Amino acid sequence: MQQYPVSDILDVCVEAGRVMLENGAETYRVEDTLYRIAKSYHLKNINVFVVPTALIITVEGEDGQDHTELLRMNDRITNLEKVSMVNDLSRQLSKKALPPKRVTEKLNNIKNTPTNFTRLQRNSAMAVACGGFTLLFGGSYLEILPAFIAGGLGHYLFEVVNNYTNVSFFAEMVASFFIGLLAVLFTTLGFGQDLNVIIIGSVMSLVPGMAITNSFRDLMAGHLLAGVAVLAKAFLTAGAIGIGVAIVIAFL
Amino acid sequence: MTLNYLTYLLAAFVASFAFGVMYNVPTRTLFASSISGALGWLVYYIIAFQFGFVVFIGAGAASFLVAFFSQWFARYYRMPVIVFAVPAIIPLVPGGSAYNMMRAFIEGHTELALMYGTETFLVSGAIALGLSINSGLFQIFSNRTFGKRDKRYLP
Repeated sequence: MQQYPVSDILDVCVEAGRVMLENGAETYRVEDTLYRIAKSYHLKNINVFVVPTALIITVEGEDGQDHTELLRMNDRITNLEKVSMVNDLSRQLSKKALPPKRVTEKLNNIKNTPTNFTRLQRNSAMAVACGGFTLLFGGSYLEILPAFIAGGLGHYLFEVVNNYTNVSFFAEMVASFFIGLLAVLFTTLGFGQDLNVIIIGSVMSLVPGMAITNSFRDLMAGHLLAGVAVLAKAFLTAGAIGIGVAIVIAFL
Repeated sequence: MTLNYLTYLLAAFVASFAFGVMYNVPTRTLFASSISGALGWLVYYIIAFQFGFVVFIGAGAASFLVAFFSQWFARYYRMPVIVFAVPAIIPLVPGGSAYNMMRAFIEGHTELALMYGTETFLVSGAIALGLSINSGLFQIFSNRTFGKRDKRYLP
């Protein structure tokens, strides 16, 4: 069996963890994957600690020395295809350990994979979803089209503002303010009747429902730190949306 | 309310599909996750609103069903469960009550806000419970891995 330098192996682990965390994997999945990758190189005393914004991994090499690496993360988006690709890679590695250089190449390939859908397609998908949500929240057919327009434009505005300012609280507030404004405009014009249903439907593209559910999953799995962090983020987002819409409702 | 089940099914399918596009799910699994999302929402609707049980039971049963489908699809397509579970859970997720809660708090209706807040927590807890129970059961009963792994970070 061939031995590789521990620092190279750690680099591979941290890189894999970065790709997974950046693309929205749950913390326990990242911990499990990194553990398996490190295990496939026959390292001992592997300890992985992952929170949504950082990652620490410590292993013991052949010579008995401990090695640690830390990664700090900022941006998170959701790209499930890359998560599944890294998962596949870790499964391959647990069958047969590849040299760290080959693994780094493969990780770079995964990082450079283009997304399946263009930005226009994603935005129109969100608009369609907002139209569908009005039905699920008890609206009638009349509310589909207003929510389609308001939700699509609102999500587009959110992405634009988020790209400029990098403060998602502000971006969500602006987008939900805009959505509330559009919804009030539509209902006063007689285009759609139930104001509340239109607003809820169009705001669904911003609402942190997924984050709340994920945080509960983390808490149940015993990852208390990650769960509480994600829950706090979810409450901030819900607060931003509430403020944005409440401003419109209060003044009109 | 004159809308029938088929419309709801279609709406939930569209919502899951669109969030699958947003989260960049691999193209060949888009339909699988959307179908399980639509079926999960239908079960939630029937249990919680037609039979009149508590919302907690409806959401828990629906998310258990979604997780079951996702585990099955994950074995069929050889991909992690999250790829199927995340878009399929979206129609169930209590986004509406989270938004209602914050808006009621800001407008000063504290009691209404607490009611919506309780609903949000109960529903998201039920969804998480359904997913966790299912993955626990699958890990116990899949004999392929049973007893082989030395240590594992369980979800």
